[in-house]
Order: sequence, then structure tokens, then C-alpha cells
Amino acid sequence: MKARAIVVTSGKGGVGKTTTTANLGAGLARLGEKVAVIDVDVGLRNLDVVMGLEGRVVFDLIDVLEGRAKVRQALIRDKRVENLYLLPASQTKDKEALDPVRFQELVRHLLEEEGFDRVLIDSPAGIEKGFQTAATPAEGALVVVNPEVASVRDADRIIGLLEAREIRENLLVINRLRPKMVSRGDMLSVEDVVEILGLKPIGIIPEDEQVLVSTNQGEPLVLKGTSPAATAFMDAARRVHGEEVPFRSVDEAQGLMAVLRRLFGGG
Amino acid sequence: MWRRERSKEKAKERLKLVLAYDRAKLSPGMVENLKRDLLEVLRRYFPAQEEGLSVALEERGEKMVLMADIPLK
Repeated sequence: MKARAIVVTSGKGGVGKTTTTANLGAGLARLGEKVAVIDVDVGLRNLDVVMGLEGRVVFDLIDVLEGRAKVRQALIRDKRVENLYLLPASQTKDKEALDPVRFQELVRHLLEEEGFDRVLIDSPAGIEKGFQTAATPAEGALVVVNPEVASVRDADRIIGLLEAREIRENLLVINRLRPKMVSRGDMLSVEDVVEILGLKPIGIIPEDEQVLVSTNQGEPLVLKGTSPAATAFMDAARRVHGEEVPFRSVDEAQGLMAVLRRLFGGG
Repeated sequence: MWRRERSKEKAKERLKLVLAYDRAKLSPGMVENLKRDLLEVLRRYFPAQEEGLSVALEERGEKMVLMADIPLK
């Protein structure tokens, strides 16, 4: 992606924004980029626990925006991979304190003065002020969507709002895809979601129990795992980084076995 | 068993319709009101009947169009 400041958003909650931010951030760092991941969900901080860095939070985003801490004091360096930093959201302060203009200046500062190659902004759910603030510095967006009606509908709404903000480099992360249900015709396929939303996918992540396991352990999947979701997140990170990576076949609908299964009622 | 309508087809169909209304900033209920008003106007010119009158958004290539289907007596 050309965009260096990227907002990770979805409209609907619980579709995997934070997991996507953590894994793409860690994946990009593995590829050699200097990455800052910023949690903008003031009051509902979660990126820190998903990444396993909750024990090291001292200052937060609002401390930085209000001048109580320098950005370098607030950034938490992830010791497991080089060049990965977390800027946590505030868990206690008033979210009105999150000023969009100051936030935009901070993101510019990270990219232009602090030597960051990429800033991933984990947006809160919804389409209100929190999302609007998260989107303010963004040059591009990753729209996380699950293949189900409520998530797709909300994603469509978010895409409209991104376009209204003249954010143009928008790509889909289709998360929690269940290939067996797709091949059975009981889940929207990647092609269906792409057709309905009119954006290209940059990541196709299969449903995978290891995502929860890694969250339990506080270690982003791409840092150690080789499970289907770990591989898919790493592939997505490579695409964001600019590599051409073909999509692995997660859609069992193709292929003779799938056709036979469908005819004879298996799957 | 392969005759059963696959639930994803239903999902896709419903999504397309609801997104058409969302994008047009139109609620399906408003269309019902429009239908009523339209009928009133039509009746000034000819005896249109309510039965079979349909007003709905439809996909036409890239565009969404508001289609009115007006059966005459």
C-alpha cells in the first residue's frame, strides 16, 4: 500500500479490527518496517492486551496529545520483534480529550520526525466521533469484514464515510471465513463480499481457533504461529508491504472434491 | 438436497436490497409512502389501481433505479 497512515476499521464491533491491527503491525515489523500501532478506542483499550503489552503501559495517547508525556515516553517497544511500537489508548480519561487535529499532527510527527514507515490506527467500532478521529490522519484504510449480512452492511457504510473523507486507498480484510460453509453455500464467499462492497481484498483470513489461543497468550499469531490464520495474516502483511502474494485457496468451492461433496451431501 | 436454496444466496439478495436503500438514503417505509402519494397523483389522470402497483429500487447495470410498475384497469 502507498498509504503510510492506515486506519483499521469496520463499523461493526467484534469482527477483528484489533486482531488485524496487532497481526499486520507485527507482520510489517517482521518485514523490516518501523511500525507504530495506535489504539484510538479511548475507554475500551484492548490492543495492549491482545499484543501482550498491557503490563508495560505507563503513558497513553491522551497524555501525549495533552503534553503530559513525550511521544517517545508513551510508545511501548515490543521486545519480540524489532521496530514494533504500541501507543495505547487511555482507559480512564474522557474521550472528548482526543482532538482530531492534534491526533493528525502526532501521526505526521511519527512518520516525518520519528522515522516510522507505517502507522496503523485501530479505530473504535461505530461511525461516530471515535471513528472520525481515527480516520482523520489516514491516507488509506483496511476495512475488516466478516462474511455475514450485518458486518457487510456496516462495512458498506464505513466505505461511504471513508470516501466522503477522500480516503481512497481502501482494501478489505475478509476475516473469519469458514471455507466449509462457503463450499456448502451457507456463507458469503470472498467473491460475493468483493462484488457487494466493490473493494479489493488484501487479506483473506480463515476462521482459526489459534487466533483465540494467541490472544489468550498475548502473542500476535504472526510472531510464532504457522496456523492458517497466522499464514493468512502474514500474507496480508506482505501485500500491504508491497509484495505480490497470490491468495491461497481457502475457498473449497473450487475443485472437484468440493463439487462431489456438494452433490453427495457431505461437507 | 441440492434443491434447497443456499442461505448465502438469500443473504446476498437481502444485502443487495438493503444496501440499495442505505446508499440511496431511503428507508423502505418511505417507499411505501411514496407509493401511496404516487397512486393519488396517478388517479388524477387515469383510473390506476392499487393492486399490483409496485415501486422499488432495482439494479440496472451499474446504476440503481427507482422502478414503478403501474398496472392499468
